[in-house]
Amino acid sequence: MRTENHDALVVGGGLVGAAIAYGLQRQGLRTLLLDEGDVAFRASRGNFGLVWVQSKGLGAPHYQRWTRGSAEEWPALAAELREKTGIGTGLHQPGGVHICLSDEEFEKRGAAMARLRREAGNFGMEYRMIRGAEAREMLPGLGPKVAGVSWTPYDGHASPLSLLRALHTGFTGLGGRYQPNARVERGTAAANDFAVEAEGVLHRAPRIVLAAGLGNAELAPRFGLSAPVRPERGQILVTERTRQVLPMPTTTIRQTEEGSLMLGDSKEDAGFDLGQNPEVMKQIARRAVLSFPWIAELNLVRAWSALRVMAPDGLPIYDQSERFPGAFTANCHSGVTLAGTHANRLAPMIAAGALEPEMAPFTARRFDVRHAA
Amino acid sequence: MKEFDLAIVGAGPAGMSAALEAAGLGLSVLVLDEQPAPGGQIFRGVERAAGDPALAGEYAVAGALLARRFRAMPNIDYRPETTVWHIDAEAGLLSLRGPRGGGMARAARILLATGAQERPVPVPGWTLPGVMSAGAAQIMLKQAGAVPEGRLVLAGQGPLMWLLAAQLARAGKPPALLLETTPRGALRRALARGGLWRGRAMLAKGAALLWEARRSGMKVVSGVRGLRAEGEGRVRRVAWEGGATECGVLLLHEGVIPSTHVSRALGLEHEWDEAQLCWRPVLDGWGASSAPRIAIAGDGGGIGGWQAAVEAGALAALDAAHRAGRLDAAARDRRAAPHRAALGAALALRPFLDALHAPSPAVLAPPEDATLVCRCEEVTAGQVRQAARLGATGPNQVKAYLRAGMGPCQGRMCGATVAALVAETRGIPVREAGVLRPRAPYKPITVGELADLPEEEPA
Amino acid sequence: MFATRPEFRPATVEVLVDGQPLSVPEGASAAAALLLAGLAASRETPVSGAPRLPYCMMGVCFDCLAEIDGVANRQACMVTVRPGMRIAPQCGARLAGTAA
Repeated sequence: MRTENHDALVVGGGLVGAAIAYGLQRQGLRTLLLDEGDVAFRASRGNFGLVWVQSKGLGAPHYQRWTRGSAEEWPALAAELREKTGIGTGLHQPGGVHICLSDEEFEKRGAAMARLRREAGNFGMEYRMIRGAEAREMLPGLGPKVAGVSWTPYDGHASPLSLLRALHTGFTGLGGRYQPNARVERGTAAANDFAVEAEGVLHRAPRIVLAAGLGNAELAPRFGLSAPVRPERGQILVTERTRQVLPMPTTTIRQTEEGSLMLGDSKEDAGFDLGQNPEVMKQIARRAVLSFPWIAELNLVRAWSALRVMAPDGLPIYDQSERFPGAFTANCHSGVTLAGTHANRLAPMIAAGALEPEMAPFTARRFDVRHAA
Repeated sequence: MKEFDLAIVGAGPAGMSAALEAAGLGLSVLVLDEQPAPGGQIFRGVERAAGDPALAGEYAVAGALLARRFRAMPNIDYRPETTVWHIDAEAGLLSLRGPRGGGMARAARILLATGAQERPVPVPGWTLPGVMSAGAAQIMLKQAGAVPEGRLVLAGQGPLMWLLAAQLARAGKPPALLLETTPRGALRRALARGGLWRGRAMLAKGAALLWEARRSGMKVVSGVRGLRAEGEGRVRRVAWEGGATECGVLLLHEGVIPSTHVSRALGLEHEWDEAQLCWRPVLDGWGASSAPRIAIAGDGGGIGGWQAAVEAGALAALDAAHRAGRLDAAARDRRAAPHRAALGAALALRPFLDALHAPSPAVLAPPEDATLVCRCEEVTAGQVRQAARLGATGPNQVKAYLRAGMGPCQGRMCGATVAALVAETRGIPVREAGVLRPRAPYKPITVGELADLPEEEPA
Repeated sequence: MFATRPEFRPATVEVLVDGQPLSVPEGASAAAALLLAGLAASRETPVSGAPRLPYCMMGVCFDCLAEIDGVANRQACMVTVRPGMRIAPQCGARLAGTAA
């Protein structure tokens, strides 16, 4: 078999893999990005598109900081991608809200936000709990059932698909090689010497990054890593385009650059079933109509389900292999939010050969019973 | 929620025939159709229009009779103006949007009789006002008795072109010109496919139409290539390699392909039909698909025309009755025999027609980069080629990169073209590029209608 | 762009197309009414503002999107005309929310 040598292999061409591959290639590493074909689970194609900070990392301050860091890196990444590729990612970070449909929800939300601020410590966390009347001035057309909202200035949104195309275009523009139809199921691992086979070619490199989404669960152990991720199904509804009406995104409703409203944030345990469920779609629609009654008249033109990549505690897993130095894994369900840190902070660490100490809490060893004990 | 023995989606020839056969065998039948009246596209509006002399022939006789029998049959719950926007194939649950909002229905067996759509003809300028599909003009005639105004040019190929030309001539508006795209040499290849004797009745009808259209004064240019519509704000001229002419209305047609939007959304197994250059669901001799509850009859299972659809609908209904325990296998097979014979006769000429009217590669994958392929999101052939070079191996990834197929038509108009362009760019067969995987809602439903769906009853 | 043949379709329905009264044959669709009215365009695309008229008339292409009785973006070829129906071009993206 023909052998090709690279500086780094990235397995998985979704948002996580593409952001890391882009970052590695930018560092000067000759990187091969291996992706599946036209039909695969592809959480990236199903992403809702929030660049979201509030509600991330309750009880996990390291994750809160990582997320905030990514929101901070985003504008530079978006500008750089636009300059290199001409592709806009639709990034807007006007702040965002979480809508509470009852006093009880509002109280609970307030408590959670207060805890997030406490856990942020010196790092700080600006937020406000805003009652109905004032909230209705911020967000025209907010329904009478809305008790209030939580607001932070850090939140925003972007187009997941434009981001994916910009990362792929930027990566190949820097000289990186994108190889589709290359599902990786096996490989060989030795310290700083990895090989995988794709379309009859053996690809070798001293570094490998596993970013294959749900595929990481099977793949990671072959490289001395662990990625106990499982699917969590989410469904999303998309309306026809309307003239711009929403000044900022909310946790479950956002208006895209094109003008469509996206409604989402369902969570189901449905295994690997990508089916759609009208009952869940109805609940999403109901919540949207309670939040903004005028949404009721809009046509839904598309909807889909996708599978989030979830670790048992819902937090990302970033890890490096102790047995096979040079092997890394990245797993998360926030490929858009975390694109900033993946490209600008994680990729340089991988290029340098080791994750920095701040990444230690993200290790998969946190699920190891003996380790936890 | 009432449970039906058989739910049929579509009230064209296949759907009406299946409903008649199934109801005749005592099955409870639900028929859901988007149109306000039975007929499908081929017999569209037949109850009102059968008396129009322009539409004399099969439409006025066979179509009207089928619709009359369908209306008269008890035991059919017929719901016109009703869209199916989701099917849960495992549970037999259909999500509907009717004139009074959303609803649900349950059925032991579901027959998709969703028919055909015209193959997209993405030539430069095909989005200009004044350019329409030939089928659209025929629907104007059937539904409103209306004919195009101004200098009328037909471009493309296929039996519908000649039928339409004859019908418009009878309606007092013969087309000025037919630009026929059938390549030279196609007739020789088609003759080699045989079936002419068995299909002689159909062939004779076709020849009569040809004669009638030609006699009306319509000029014919054959072997036309490089077609383009031109004009600012509307079509003014149509040009081709070696010619050009003034034009008020341009009607395009390159045959029909199965409507597989719903069958693909259901994840049914499909195969690439090399003769008809389209995807079709994999079906057994009864129309049963790869999903246990779902069958398909009519052009949605592969193009065969309305007579084949009538027979396939009856066969699917017999199988539904058998599965429901109303007919044993022997009785089903006995009753099926005449339908199978008629189906064979109806399909006899098909290989000849498929070979004669095979669209040229330029219709499948427009050569000029500037040509729009996705009418909704306004994506060009050149952009699709660029996406394929970037790494998109099929239409689903192109959709993610470019939004082609994300507009309101959900890729019905561009899916096939995008796949063909990817195949061309990557040097692979179209079947390897694959096919768009649509999702519900199959047709738009408002957020309010979805939110107001009734509570699900315990099963 | 199309002309009726009243001798074969005598029964008509009065509708308003872009504010102008028009009598169209019974059973025709709202998209047919748009074509019979002779409008230069029945919609402008929300992407580039390009003018369009109905293309397929059979529920496939969605180029017949129009505002019908005040409801935006309806597939006009799937809607049968009713007396007094108001059919208007769909220009770009619809309005929504507080602006509507």
